[in-house]
Amino acid sequence: MHAANKGFGKVLAVHIGVIAGFFILQFIVPPFHAAMLTRIMVLATYAIGYNILLGYTGLMSLGHAMFFATGLYAAGLSVIYYGLPPLEALLLAILLSAVMSAAMGAITLRTSGVFFLIVTMIFSQVFFLTTLYFNVITGGEEGLVLTRYLKPISLGLFSVELTDSAVKYNFALIIFAIAFLFSLWLTRSPVGRVLVAIRENEERAEMLGYNIYKYKLLAFTMSGTISGMAGAAYALAFAYIGSALASILYSINPLLWTLLGGAGTTIGPIIGTGLMIYIIDFTSGITTSYLIVVGVTLMLLVLAFPPGIVGAIRRRWLRWLP
Amino acid sequence: MSLEVTLFLGLLDGVVFGLIMALIALGLSIAFGVMRIVNVAHGEFYMLGAVIAWYATTYLGNFILGLIIAPAAVTGLAAAVERTVLRKINYNPESTIVATIGLLYIIQQLVLAIYGPYAYNVEPPFYFRVDFPWFGYSGYKLSIAVVSLLIMGLTALFIFKTRLGLYMRATQQDREIAQAFGVPVGRVYMASFALGAALAAIAGVLVVPFLQAYYLMGLEALLISFMIVIIGGLGSLKGTLVAALIIGVIDGVVSVFFSPTLAKIVGSVLVAAVLLVKPTGLFGAER
Repeated sequence: MHAANKGFGKVLAVHIGVIAGFFILQFIVPPFHAAMLTRIMVLATYAIGYNILLGYTGLMSLGHAMFFATGLYAAGLSVIYYGLPPLEALLLAILLSAVMSAAMGAITLRTSGVFFLIVTMIFSQVFFLTTLYFNVITGGEEGLVLTRYLKPISLGLFSVELTDSAVKYNFALIIFAIAFLFSLWLTRSPVGRVLVAIRENEERAEMLGYNIYKYKLLAFTMSGTISGMAGAAYALAFAYIGSALASILYSINPLLWTLLGGAGTTIGPIIGTGLMIYIIDFTSGITTSYLIVVGVTLMLLVLAFPPGIVGAIRRRWLRWLP
Repeated sequence: MSLEVTLFLGLLDGVVFGLIMALIALGLSIAFGVMRIVNVAHGEFYMLGAVIAWYATTYLGNFILGLIIAPAAVTGLAAAVERTVLRKINYNPESTIVATIGLLYIIQQLVLAIYGPYAYNVEPPFYFRVDFPWFGYSGYKLSIAVVSLLIMGLTALFIFKTRLGLYMRATQQDREIAQAFGVPVGRVYMASFALGAALAAIAGVLVVPFLQAYYLMGLEALLISFMIVIIGGLGSLKGTLVAALIIGVIDGVVSVFFSPTLAKIVGSVLVAAVLLVKPTGLFGAER
């Protein structure tokens, strides 16, 4: 399935090309699409995090909104209540997401198969209800706006404002690039290979002497941490936190984006996220029942197109894609 | 109200709620037991039951008619989904999850488009109050608790005393061997999935007189039935009933003293505790 190391130049070129492409696009596309792309990069980061668990470890979670929202609220609330500068808030959020996902992983990974799905959904949904319960602090469903609390990011000699759309774009791009390159590194690292071995045949991997639980917990924590980083980036870039971003839809979304683009491919989650964001933006202009698109797409993917877009491309043409 | 009286009210509410939720979770549990699949759209079957009951009562003027039409319609829908979707993906557990999430959004959004974003309830088919020394309690609520128990009893009778029930238990134990002995496994699957959906739909009808029919109501039911099956052990009928009563009583008591949201938080702590102590659930077999 994976090309040997000699093909790495080609692989690296494609990945650098994706990042460079996003960088160049900001000078070409009109402001509306630049804003859409900012959103896509942040949410694609979330999908990349999700894909580490689904695509490379074979574990389907229905509760990642819990980690996305941990990052979101950690960053947002620390900016609002403690006046933390954006980068410090981001680091704090990443740290808390790591702790949260490690703890949740330790509990939920005691189950397997469909039970894992049920349990992740229960905890995530309760996390969502908790954000509503403490609505005095979190702003509940209406949420809170960060704009007037956001301090400038100081970069040594000068500082930039996250309220500026070009800064937003490049902030999102950096977050995205970190996650994207991390996922590429992971697929080629020894750890990543063990995870794929677990995905392909758990018993065999266990018989080879690997501690399955430990590796799954590691994958779960990496996945949750990147999801939390995406949530924090969302709070900072769009200056908004709200409990809708912790709801079950935000657990389903990364699943949908990853499956559409192709689970177990590094580029798939990005394609899936981009496509879905544009489709939802279009359909929400037509009908209030636009979420039916989510349902129909999931159904069609399962029935007719399981490998997803990049998965199909890899199968037919580019077998060396990671 | 004094503390004891409030507690009593909470317990009463909790037992009624628990019995209704047991009906829903039982449906989920049956489908899992026989087919080894989890239906994420199960809560939507409950919601559809409630919405169809509202239509039946409002336009046909008859609640009892709703109690017949709604489960019938939902059973038909479930059977069709089983034939056209689940069979195609060969009951693969994860594909089934994805497909039923899809179904969840399709049903929910269609109801939003047709029924609208409103919450309505209907007049209960009969009125009477049961007078306790401290307060009067809705006779309808007590009646549906009894009806729920009755339906669960009938379901158990069906599973343990009929031929189809025997087929279901055989398929649950070993699909291949059951097939080798001439059990029509395909039809048993369809029947199990439809039966599970029917139980959810009946619960939906029963609650419309005091809960409102609303297009998002399925999610709460799904969350609670998931908690029930994890605590009780998925596939275990006894576990489902016991866990439903536990979750129901927690919900009732915590709701009257604090809030329904806190009740869910307490429920999830219980789920975590059960997972740490006995990951297979209180009455669950080996996974």
